[in-house]
Amino acid sequence: MTALLEARDLVRVYEISRGLWKKPTLVRAVDRVSLSLSAGETLGVVGESGSGKSTLGRMLLGIDPATEGQVVFDGQPMPAMGTTEWRRLRAQMQLVFQDPLAALDRRLSIAEQIGEPLVIHGLATKSEVKERVAELMSAVGLRSDQAGRYPHELSGGQRQRVIIARALATEPRLLVCDEPVSALDVSIQAQVVNLLRDLQEKHGIAMVFISHDLKVVRNITDRVAVMYLGRIVEEASSDVIFTHPQHPYTRALVSSVPVPGRKLEARIILQGEPPNPARRPAGCAFHPRCPVVLPSCRTSAPKLGAVGTGHIAACHLIAQSDAPLVA
Amino acid sequence: MTDLAGDNVVDAASPGLLRRIRSRMPLLVICGAGWLALMIFAAISTDLLRPYPVTKMDLSARLAVPGTPGHWLGTDELGRDVLSRLMESIRVSLVIAFGATVLSAVFGTTLGFLAARFRGIVEHLVLTLADFQAALPFMILSLSVLAFFGSSMTLLVLLMSFYGWERYARIARGLAISAGAQGYAAAVVQLGATPARVYLKHILPNVASTIIVSMTLTFPEIILMESGLSFLGLGVQPPDTSLGNMVGFGREYLTRAPWVMLAPAFVIMLTTLSISVVGDWLRDRLDPTVR
Repeated sequence: MTALLEARDLVRVYEISRGLWKKPTLVRAVDRVSLSLSAGETLGVVGESGSGKSTLGRMLLGIDPATEGQVVFDGQPMPAMGTTEWRRLRAQMQLVFQDPLAALDRRLSIAEQIGEPLVIHGLATKSEVKERVAELMSAVGLRSDQAGRYPHELSGGQRQRVIIARALATEPRLLVCDEPVSALDVSIQAQVVNLLRDLQEKHGIAMVFISHDLKVVRNITDRVAVMYLGRIVEEASSDVIFTHPQHPYTRALVSSVPVPGRKLEARIILQGEPPNPARRPAGCAFHPRCPVVLPSCRTSAPKLGAVGTGHIAACHLIAQSDAPLVA
Repeated sequence: MTDLAGDNVVDAASPGLLRRIRSRMPLLVICGAGWLALMIFAAISTDLLRPYPVTKMDLSARLAVPGTPGHWLGTDELGRDVLSRLMESIRVSLVIAFGATVLSAVFGTTLGFLAARFRGIVEHLVLTLADFQAALPFMILSLSVLAFFGSSMTLLVLLMSFYGWERYARIARGLAISAGAQGYAAAVVQLGATPARVYLKHILPNVASTIIVSMTLTFPEIILMESGLSFLGLGVQPPDTSLGNMVGFGREYLTRAPWVMLAPAFVIMLTTLSISVVGDWLRDRLDPTVR
């Protein structure tokens, strides 16, 4: 099966200026990340803040240009942002935002905003747009009498439904959800996640689900990539990640997820500072916080290697099989 | 309790037109809008309504007091009817101020959007021009332009339209950049919209309220600026007349016939005040989030 979306060695370097006379600091927000996604598959990307997961999401959509590396969508390299081809491609890939209120125009009714992608891409006549908007609104669980409402008149969960409806309007093949539920309260989170999962299953949309919330990720994704300081440190199917995590960072993350009815035992609490992408430690980036650090971790960076079928991790401790990378 | 609430609903649902207007507009705004309507009416129908031609002299009735039959607002030093001249002046001044305000807003907003869209050298250029404009005393610029090219209505409107454009440019640029950096504009770009659509359909309506408020500030300023220039003898030239021109020529008779000057002065004051009041109210009405 050919991949719908493929990222090859993506690098994104940001310059952070430190005043007029000093040389800008270079921050590698995303560092040689490769991944692939087949049609209809859901990939979770998890990591702490600053791990580069949002930047990765934006690069996959071509909103942030890759400093190095390449994004290939449906066999074609991603056109540069702002070009006509890039714009045309938007009908096939959409982004669901973290903050739904900021992403909506507060001066347009939600019906207008949901129908906007259809108008932009010239996919429907006026009456068809109206019909499609009504369809989309019922699909995401908004009442038809809310069509004329403005974003500020809706609740947070309803706004996120509007965003999702708008993202689905052109029947995209790829949906990147950047922390879609982290701004919502827990009861609404479940509704929105279930909604996303249902829609994804129904329409066979490939989805990249970016989140720091492992419960949510476990609930919705087929495969999970764990990021630490701009690199993927482990990637496996979501069952494997949650039952047999290999990388010490993944283990710490997984051990922090509460399971109902059981005491949180053997929780690994990470020591040390949270990662700062501007000052990446030498060797393995995780070594200052790693509970099982080896001397070699401080000097050489481990490479991603296969540790099982469809399971890769980057750690010196893990006995890596010599099988070729399944990336 | 329920009865009371029910009564209120009925009351609000079926009022007469007048009451409906009053419930939506504060009294001050009604007065302002009424005054502006009167001014616009006077400007449009001046050819039909004014009792005398503006240059018609009646030397036997010079400096007639307001209330004189036939000259309800009195006459000036040449026996010309103040009411007739006032109506003509309102038309001239409104045309200049309105034309200049609209041109200035369009010009400034366009430059601001261009700066926000292209950044880099375009932005630097626009900002330098805006700084230049802000640093230059506008009165001196107008004086020199009018002194060199002579005064005509078109030139006056064009010149006035340079007044205040830098404010629109800065406002439009700042708001467009902040909208584009994160939020709705970025979201619409991500939907595949062309820059023209992003700027005209999304950013413009969102910044419009700020720009309208800015226009209501500029409009009176332009009336005053035109009045000042006419007062100095560089604006509207006789035999044409404008509000400032009337004030300028009336000042010589301030002690003997104050009405010649006070009539246009009151019109200037009330019109500029009305525009500020109505503009402020309009800004709030145009924003769905404060309804």
